[in-house]
Amino acid sequence: MLSRTADHLYWMSRYIERAENLARLLDVTHQMSLVPKSVHTENQNWGAILTLNSVEDRFAESYGEVNAENVLRFMLLDADNISSIYACLRAARENAHAVRGTLTSETWESCNTTWLEVRNQRFEHIIGTGIVQFLEWVKLRTALIRGVIFSTMLQDEAHHFIRLGNYIERADNTARILDVKYHALDGRGDEDDASDFYQWGALLRSLSAFEVYRKVYRDAITPTRVAELLILRLDMPRSLHACVRGVVQVLEAVRNEQSAATERLAETLHTQIHQAHIDGIFKHGLHAYLTEFMDRIYELGDGISRDFLVPEDR
Amino acid sequence: MIGNPRRGGRGTKRELVTMKPTFFNEMHDTDGAVRPHYGAYADWLAGTREEIIARKRAEADLAFHREGITFAVYGEEAGKERLIPFDIIPRIIPGDEWRQLQEGLRQRVKALNAFLRDIYHDQEILAAGRVPREQVIENAQYRPEMKGVDVAAGIYAHIAGVDLVRAGAGEYYVLEDNLRVPSGVSYMIEDRKMMMRLFPELFSRHKIAPVQHYPDLLLENLRTVAPRGVEDPTVVCLTPGAYNSAYFEHTFLAQQMGVELVEGRDLFVEDDAVYMRTTQGPRRVDVIYRRLDDDFLDPLAFRKDSMLGVPGLLAAYRAGRVTLANAIGAGVADDKSIYPYVPEMIRFYLGEEPILNNVPTYLLRKPEDRAYVLGHLPELVVKEVHGAGGYGMLVGPSSTREEIETFHRRIVAEPEKYVAQPTLALSNCPTFVESGVAPRHVDLRPFVLSGKHIEMVPGGLTRVALRDGSLVVNSSQGGGTKDTWVLED
Repeated sequence: MLSRTADHLYWMSRYIERAENLARLLDVTHQMSLVPKSVHTENQNWGAILTLNSVEDRFAESYGEVNAENVLRFMLLDADNISSIYACLRAARENAHAVRGTLTSETWESCNTTWLEVRNQRFEHIIGTGIVQFLEWVKLRTALIRGVIFSTMLQDEAHHFIRLGNYIERADNTARILDVKYHALDGRGDEDDASDFYQWGALLRSLSAFEVYRKVYRDAITPTRVAELLILRLDMPRSLHACVRGVVQVLEAVRNEQSAATERLAETLHTQIHQAHIDGIFKHGLHAYLTEFMDRIYELGDGISRDFLVPEDR
Repeated sequence: MIGNPRRGGRGTKRELVTMKPTFFNEMHDTDGAVRPHYGAYADWLAGTREEIIARKRAEADLAFHREGITFAVYGEEAGKERLIPFDIIPRIIPGDEWRQLQEGLRQRVKALNAFLRDIYHDQEILAAGRVPREQVIENAQYRPEMKGVDVAAGIYAHIAGVDLVRAGAGEYYVLEDNLRVPSGVSYMIEDRKMMMRLFPELFSRHKIAPVQHYPDLLLENLRTVAPRGVEDPTVVCLTPGAYNSAYFEHTFLAQQMGVELVEGRDLFVEDDAVYMRTTQGPRRVDVIYRRLDDDFLDPLAFRKDSMLGVPGLLAAYRAGRVTLANAIGAGVADDKSIYPYVPEMIRFYLGEEPILNNVPTYLLRKPEDRAYVLGHLPELVVKEVHGAGGYGMLVGPSSTREEIETFHRRIVAEPEKYVAQPTLALSNCPTFVESGVAPRHVDLRPFVLSGKHIEMVPGGLTRVALRDGSLVVNSSQGGGTKDTWVLED
């Protein structure tokens, strides 16, 4: 397969995953804003979304005040914000467009239709009652695209690179959400238990892990268990462990003459997670652990680009 | 002038008959009667309710949009894509008429290839004075780099898109020979697919020659022109990229042929051999079906600023290590200033009389031609010698006085850049427009493939000028397309 084709497939997949994760996060934050709390706390929650996507500066330039409406306006449909849902769906579609011959027509059509529909959305129409529906729609569409990909495409190299993009993006995303949210929750002591319950519940929901948590632990929500579920549980599809194992498997399938170092990097990371225990991670410091993990994922992405795809500087 | 047969009720055969063609009409004769080869279709159209037709048209629009069968329009907002309007009334050609056209096309393309081989080798036709030497050698499309290069199988124009029109009482004329990167064949195939999906019953009522095997023919053709000694050639399709107006077609053909769609940056040249970068390392490429103009192919040889090409490609090509289809320098033979000499080429190389007509053409670099043309601009069509896609032309009869004056000044300033032709009374074909069914002008672009043999699928792409009275069928100028049926008898 052409390196450029693999590159487009990989990034198409990353952008679809990114749009979905963003929709979840915004949905949960929006729902959380319905639980009574101080204006300060609420705006902190919205601000966390900007931190998570590293777009605080960009936001400050054009919007100024951090509040629900501004952050939603910026993250949903702002065409100039490369991290908005709008921009992610546009980038996914542009990548798909460049390799439409490699995709099944159903895959291309689902990507293209999603883009055509989001392009017609106006923030003025969805602010207020339409927010929830819009985010539901994004989640459904991205799930649909993924479903179409995995149920219509031949399980060949193209498929491998789509999965690779999916795992890398998801690993990065889970780590980011956990890091930012955990940080915000851990440092507080001024609000009551009920509020805590909702905050932790929200974190789980943003990774579609709330029901899973209940099923696995059948117990109260504690920070340690939340971290354990999202980092170590192999059967939890968005956990770091599951994502890294996915990366290892795909790299083995696409291996070429120059990919040995990248493969080794992924295997080492996998072994570490596999052998880790949650108490050990907390002892090390969760923030430090996640930061290191994100650095490794970044290196992996870099290695994948260098070995198989189209590195930026070529 | 021409009545609208469907307004305000069901269209019936009777109403259709009231059309009084002032141009040759593909469907009706001069008395308004349906021509025999349109008989079964006209019956079907008359017997089908308007709502059904309307629903089918909407269905076609939706499907074309969803599948993203679009083209980009230059000059509009970057990245804008438009649908090429598709008309559901087919253009029908009787089998015997097509066989004649086919003979004419074979003859013409054979002569054009012989001409190209000749001018890049011994230049016999120039020595014989049958084509003016300076017209060829000083032509911007003539590539001295190709002098003495032996291309595989001696073929230069592997794919030719020959534009045919009918005028007067229905005789065919060649309007242009497109020998560089002719496009439109994907619409020919998609239009057929759409018609079969919308109106399966019509295909059981008619014996319509199939066209969907075009990509197979093309691939087979490209494989036969691989460099000598290559057993199992790797063919790729080279595109300028996703922002090219014909990108949909590039993807379509690559996918249908099962070959890689590459951009310049996917290829590199090492020791005069061409490779593509793949996830499994470099892979050798033998035949490049290129949809990129000569100028952009190799920044080392042609335009230095081309980001789209492959450095060193010309050297590899000249060394005979890779085949380019079409060949570099083929454009000199489809140039509008060379066009008037094609009948001479047929006589010179084949010793035959041309089967297809040429349109009389005035070369404005000739003083006597220029004097006539400048005096008759309101009646003539003026084209830029190197123009294409319907850009930069003057259609005298439908132009304002200012437009005519502008062209007058341009011609006086740079006469060698223009040719002129009489305005042809292009044939009409009934077409759905906003007000109902009305006659609109059409042309026909068959795609002629040359390799070991000359082959083509029956018919081609019919383009239709959707604006009332317009003679410009190019999609960039608001033209649409129709399915083209060659009837088997």
